[in-house]
Amino acid sequence: MSREYETVIGLEVHVELATETKIFCGCSAKFGGESNTHTCPVCTGMPGSLPVLNRQVVEYALAVGLAAGCEINRFCRFDRKNYFYPDNPQNYQISQLYLPICHDGGIEIETEAGKKTVRIHEIHMEEDAGKLIHDEWEDCSLVDYNRSGVPLLEIVSEPDMRNAQEVIAYLEKLRMIIQYLGASDCKLQEGSMRADVNLSVREAGSRTMGTRTEMKNLNSFKAIARAIEGEKKRQIELLEEGKAVIQETRRWDDNKEYSFAMRSKEDAKDYRYFPDPDLPPVVISDEWIRAVKERQPELRTEKLARYIREYGIPEYDAQIITSSSKMASIFEKTSEICKKPKKVSNWLMVETLRLLKEKGMEPEDISFSPENLAKLIDLADDGTINNKAAKEVFEEIFSNDTDPLYYIEERGLKAVGDEGILLAAIDKVLSENSDSAEAYRGGKEKVFGFLVGQVMREMKGQASPAAVNKILKDKLS
Amino acid sequence: MEMFDMTAAELGKRIQAGEITAVEAAEYSLSRIKEKDGQINAFITVEEEKVMENARRVQQKIERRELTGPLAGVPVAVKDNICTEGLRTTCASRILGNFVPPYSAEAVKRLEEAGAVILGKTNMDEFAMGSTTETSAYGITRNPWNTDHVPGGSSGGSCAAVAAGEAFCALGSDTGGSIRQPSSFCGVTGLKPTYGTVSRYGLIAYGSSLDQIGPVAKDVTDCACILEAVSSYDRKDGTSVKRESYDFTSGLGRDIKGMRIGLPSDYLGEGLDDEVRKAVMDGAEAMRSLGAIVEEFPLGMAEYAIPAYYVIASAEASSNLARFDGVKYGYRTEEYEGLHDMYKKTRSEGFGPEVKRRIMLGSFVLSSGYYDAYYLKALRVKALIMKAFDEAFKKYDIILGPAAPSAAPEIGCSLADPLKMYLGDIYTVSVNLAGLPGISVPGGMNSKGLPIGLQLIGDRFQEEKLLRAAYQLEKAVGGYGIKKEEAHDEQRI
Repeated sequence: MSREYETVIGLEVHVELATETKIFCGCSAKFGGESNTHTCPVCTGMPGSLPVLNRQVVEYALAVGLAAGCEINRFCRFDRKNYFYPDNPQNYQISQLYLPICHDGGIEIETEAGKKTVRIHEIHMEEDAGKLIHDEWEDCSLVDYNRSGVPLLEIVSEPDMRNAQEVIAYLEKLRMIIQYLGASDCKLQEGSMRADVNLSVREAGSRTMGTRTEMKNLNSFKAIARAIEGEKKRQIELLEEGKAVIQETRRWDDNKEYSFAMRSKEDAKDYRYFPDPDLPPVVISDEWIRAVKERQPELRTEKLARYIREYGIPEYDAQIITSSSKMASIFEKTSEICKKPKKVSNWLMVETLRLLKEKGMEPEDISFSPENLAKLIDLADDGTINNKAAKEVFEEIFSNDTDPLYYIEERGLKAVGDEGILLAAIDKVLSENSDSAEAYRGGKEKVFGFLVGQVMREMKGQASPAAVNKILKDKLS
Repeated sequence: MEMFDMTAAELGKRIQAGEITAVEAAEYSLSRIKEKDGQINAFITVEEEKVMENARRVQQKIERRELTGPLAGVPVAVKDNICTEGLRTTCASRILGNFVPPYSAEAVKRLEEAGAVILGKTNMDEFAMGSTTETSAYGITRNPWNTDHVPGGSSGGSCAAVAAGEAFCALGSDTGGSIRQPSSFCGVTGLKPTYGTVSRYGLIAYGSSLDQIGPVAKDVTDCACILEAVSSYDRKDGTSVKRESYDFTSGLGRDIKGMRIGLPSDYLGEGLDDEVRKAVMDGAEAMRSLGAIVEEFPLGMAEYAIPAYYVIASAEASSNLARFDGVKYGYRTEEYEGLHDMYKKTRSEGFGPEVKRRIMLGSFVLSSGYYDAYYLKALRVKALIMKAFDEAFKKYDIILGPAAPSAAPEIGCSLADPLKMYLGDIYTVSVNLAGLPGISVPGGMNSKGLPIGLQLIGDRFQEEKLLRAAYQLEKAVGGYGIKKEEAHDEQRI
């Protein structure tokens, strides 16, 4: 490569909001369901039906906008985006073009290169479309309107990112903020968070922007990182060959690791946007903004500081636990019950993270209850079960949220507290290892651990370490 | 009194008194439709069995004293762009020829709750686009006063059905005059309420920011009764407005002494038929003699109302009618290759020429590069028209003028020159642009024996005052009474 290039990236992120009902009707917004069961005349575009705005959508948009430092348009409106496609029952999408609810914000990100702010151009509310199912057997297409009218936020950044690391950092930060606010679960695989990447390259030091492409169909952070690398390479190669980058929308194929042109600017549709006459403007008062701010949950930075201060856990632990609102919530609730925050933190940091990784899950997928984890911690602490058994019990809690007391009873995992059996085992170990016992008595304290290990082995792990320690010490003194 | 001569309220009273049953009233209307509608063609759909079944059920409720209102048992016609559950609703278009709505419009639900018996669905200009009821895919409707003439439009079927005595009253819709102008042509009384008064839920949209459902009836009292029944604050319609009062009947008989009536000089100038002008001046004189203060004044902005209206209404229509695509309901072309071919053929075959003209006009004014010059400019004109009316209502309680430049034209002479037809809406469209209530009251006959309507316009949410003025005007100039002798003259129909 003869010249040096700089990559310029901006993102359009779509987030499905976690409302009970759809944006313009009372149908359930839940994922799944039999085809066309979460539908009514409004979200199937029946003649004469009318949209009515769901207030919760505005609340979530305000919450996300305020958390991202945006200005709020006190008078915002919905516009119709007109285009024909069967997944869109009215043949127009209700969105916001002229007066989006939030604009001009920014999010601070941190990468190896340091901190920087990615500016937010705007955030607007809109409705999702239905889903087309192509039946190749019958050679026809079917449409499911369950998703039609599910509320979306579109968060448009300025072209402030320069590489994949920054993009991932921005997306992770955005996802964390939105999850903390409870506005969305932001699952990329399920499509409740989707990112389109606008990318251009220019010679390093240049002030003018290169021609950009928009990339769609990015279903994971890894795919996004690969797509950025791939597209950057493709554009630089074009420029090196003296060719021009064409402004177009491209579809990323993560299997082939290549993007394919979908449509160019020349085929860009005229969406004939105009204010939707069925929806009166949304007027946002100071009181409304204040109320949303007051209800705003504690965000990560404050939570992190508080965990270190109040719970006395190491910063490293606090960082990891607060990186997911789900983990943070489990940490706080469990600590509340068992009053042992450091132990809770350990269970989350070690076993929980291990199991998440093993099962390819996200922290947001955690389904066990703080009550059961707290019980387990208490049981391990008072010697009812030993560490080995505790780990087994935790796996069960992690997978099925089983009550640990019930599970221990059922599996006979209780550490043996019966002194008779334990005494016999200790006597046996001491007589078989009399030289080690002598060495200990002679001041070689290191062998104590070995003896404990031997006793535990004799007990097949089913002894309370506390009891073993105590009796063994008595015997050796 | 014969049933033909009864207003809806009079019929309702006799049904309550047990002198007539809802079943008899329905039978009467159905027989009248059988007799007249072959020629008038006011109805697109009448399902006799359903009508009789409903009439019987309503009669039982009346006898159990569960229905005691003025409309209980009264046969009502409903314009075919208002959804009726289980009853075909076509918008007079081929594209909805087989559409049976799975739900009823809020206004229809309320009518039925009041005990009205829905007779059937009335003819109209396709998708309410037209001023003559000649653009229907189900044949033209003829004016009962002279069948060589149009009934006006777009609610021509509803107005003709009432004028011909087929229905005692009807629901119409008014986007730019579609209730008031045909009411004027058919010698009936029609009211377009303040925007937001009657829920638009279930009204198949033409120009969403302008559309209102309203009553068509034999007199002002009936209009007030129907409005009282159908108006409501409806959470299903984001543009619905919560009014302070929904009582439109109790103040009807009050006098209009000292009421200030403005007569816009802009509405009396060039283009207005001399006989219509005379009727308006006679109406003004009649109100003056009842103690009102009547004076001419310049309203302003009148010449910009038509272009602004056609830009806004067509823009909204181009988007509102996009959903008729052959995918989900309604007509789909027989043979096609692929999605776009299906869209193209379905819509080419499903829509008539006037609808296509307005879709194209609306798509054009919303296109990038033209949006500011046309659509935004039209919105600014709309704001100025509102302002002009606001100024006028500082000085006047009510505005009086013609409902249309002339009486009903002959069939076949309007569509050839659409621009001229559009200009016929000059006295009605401003009222929609400003969201005001307006009523057309019969104000005499022209030399050819065709009715002339007078229009009264009120300030927003001033229906009570508007109806009071209209009631006095009707008493003074004769109202529906004018028509009686003529209607019995079977030769004319």
